[in-house]
Amino acid sequence: MENNARNQVLAAVERQMPANKTAYPETPDFPRMKTDLLAAFENRVKDAGGEVFRPADAAAAQALLASQYAQAKVICSATPEITGNRDIHAVNNPHDLADVDVGVIRARFGVAENGMVWLTEEDLVVNALGFLSQHLVILLSPQAIVGDMYDAYLRIHLEDTAYGCFMMGPSATADIGAVLVHGAQGARSLNIYLLA
Amino acid sequence: MGDDKKVDVAAHAAAFLAQDDVHEPMHDKNLWAARMKRDAAAREVPEWETLRELASQIKEHTLTHLYDYLLEFESNAIKRGAKVYWARDAAEHNQHVWNILQEKNISAVIKSKSMLQEECGMTAFLENRGITVTESDLGERIQQLDDQPPSHIVMPAIHKTAEDVAQLFARTIGTDPRNTDPHYLTEAMRDNARRRFLEAGAGMTGANFAIAETGSFVVCTNEGNADIGAAVPPVHIASIGIEKLLPKVKDLGIFIRLLSRSALGTLATQYTSHFSGPRKGGELHIILTDNGRSKRLGMPDFWTSLKCIRCGACMNTCPVYRRSGGLAYGATYSGPIGIILDPTFDESRYSELPYHSSLCGSCTAVCPVKINISDQILQWRKVMAAKKYLPVSRRLAFGAAGKIFEHPQLFRSAETMASGAIRFTPDFLLYNRVLNPWGRHRELPHFAGQTFREWYLQYRAKNNEHGEQRP
Ligand code: SF4
Repeated sequence: MENNARNQVLAAVERQMPANKTAYPETPDFPRMKTDLLAAFENRVKDAGGEVFRPADAAAAQALLASQYAQAKVICSATPEITGNRDIHAVNNPHDLADVDVGVIRARFGVAENGMVWLTEEDLVVNALGFLSQHLVILLSPQAIVGDMYDAYLRIHLEDTAYGCFMMGPSATADIGAVLVHGAQGARSLNIYLLA
Repeated sequence: MGDDKKVDVAAHAAAFLAQDDVHEPMHDKNLWAARMKRDAAAREVPEWETLRELASQIKEHTLTHLYDYLLEFESNAIKRGAKVYWARDAAEHNQHVWNILQEKNISAVIKSKSMLQEECGMTAFLENRGITVTESDLGERIQQLDDQPPSHIVMPAIHKTAEDVAQLFARTIGTDPRNTDPHYLTEAMRDNARRRFLEAGAGMTGANFAIAETGSFVVCTNEGNADIGAAVPPVHIASIGIEKLLPKVKDLGIFIRLLSRSALGTLATQYTSHFSGPRKGGELHIILTDNGRSKRLGMPDFWTSLKCIRCGACMNTCPVYRRSGGLAYGATYSGPIGIILDPTFDESRYSELPYHSSLCGSCTAVCPVKINISDQILQWRKVMAAKKYLPVSRRLAFGAAGKIFEHPQLFRSAETMASGAIRFTPDFLLYNRVLNPWGRHRELPHFAGQTFREWYLQYRAKNNEHGEQRP
């Protein structure tokens, strides 16, 4: 059945494709964001429901984390700068992350246009860390900000990673009465620590 | 489908309008708010119109070269370690899913929103075979618990009030029926769904875009539910319609900028996730599904409907949709896009849908991939007329839209007409001057071959006994 279905779908597509072909368009050079990228990024993160902090160094970031999540029982960090109490490299099964209160991940870069950060499977170590954690802390180098989505897509290499995600603030929904609620399924909050 | 019983859109719409004076105004208000946010977001992008044109061209390019791009996608996805299946129709799609689940002994799946899976009737198919299927998107879950299909492709439960949801959740997951706070209700569902994520043997997703160049696909959600489903259970099954393809990764820059701005007026969805092969320790199964798409590709007047990226903007702006509610369409796809897609699945069953439009052209004006939606609606009316699938006489001339525009609530809202040019089209009043034959003084979108006037005269000549019959 399988081969048959494949060949039949492909044959049908080949037969039905419009004879008038449309050319692949040239992408023009779009106007680029010229403002302060970092400031724009920070504002967009806030719009998306996240918060940005600027700890002076890794030790300050560790202290900030401790003060912001004083109640957290399980902190799991996928970064060398921040130490938690659950070793991500010892996790074999994503289910083991079900009780994580705070996940810490370093993003590759941020996007000034919308406040997104780019995270890959390599950064997450175990993908579920980005989604089962109740709260997320994202480390980001303040130098690693691109202007817009065109730049962002020039920067990513989908052939190098099985999973990559542009994350824009915490999980959100407005499915009940059109009221915006954060923490629908994924992270309830997302804090970005700018840390070179 | 295949059921020959016509969907009586007017009766459904009338039922939505008549239920009380809460639902319809709320529906209208919320969708119009999304439309206004869309306008504001579009205005912020100086090259917006260029983007729409580019997106349209890229989609047309892909569709007119689809054969090659499908092969390219398939071989790259396989190279990346995904298993690729092909399905000619809904039954084959569902069978693939069932086979995968059986082979792995999986009895519970968690799924994120997929219009294709909806189109295939997959949930009912699996449930009949003893599989527990849980929708993880909150709006979809609300609809699932209420035993209703989604009423909007982006906001599935937008026709329900918080009170409706409070009652539903009290009945189904044991929340306090008096507590209508969306935060409380969302939290209750978060707890409920989380257990199911952890119990599921497979996570199912759809795809917003599939990239030939890398064999990747992209899923956009605000809740992150697709990501949990893909990251937690060992098996990820993705249902991808063959029209979802884009040639290159860089095309995403254009489409991601357009999608959420058009849908909800936000800069992007909270999660834009790229799957290129199975995750570490997981399995990825991709089902490339036709289900009528290749046939649509061969329809000269309608093939460009395959460009649709399912943003829902045409629904949010449609003056008929906003008043009738999405369930009135009685089909998987509602609103203007539904009107032009559904008849390709079943012409007879959906023969009244093309009349469920004011033809104001607002849908065409907002569509991020420039589908000539209102032209196609008109074109479908011609098809229906030629095939004698005519609406019954009492609603002939005005079609289903007439019913809605006649409704007294609309007269009330018309007082606020000054607030927006398209909110109430100038034609609105014409519709209500019921003795004015439909279309007489109207400006209509141009369509090839035959002018509206010519068509209308022919149509009237053919159906004279109905032509003038308005109450
Ligand atoms: S037809 Fe256009 S506006 Fe409507 S859902 Fe599709 S892409 Fe969006």
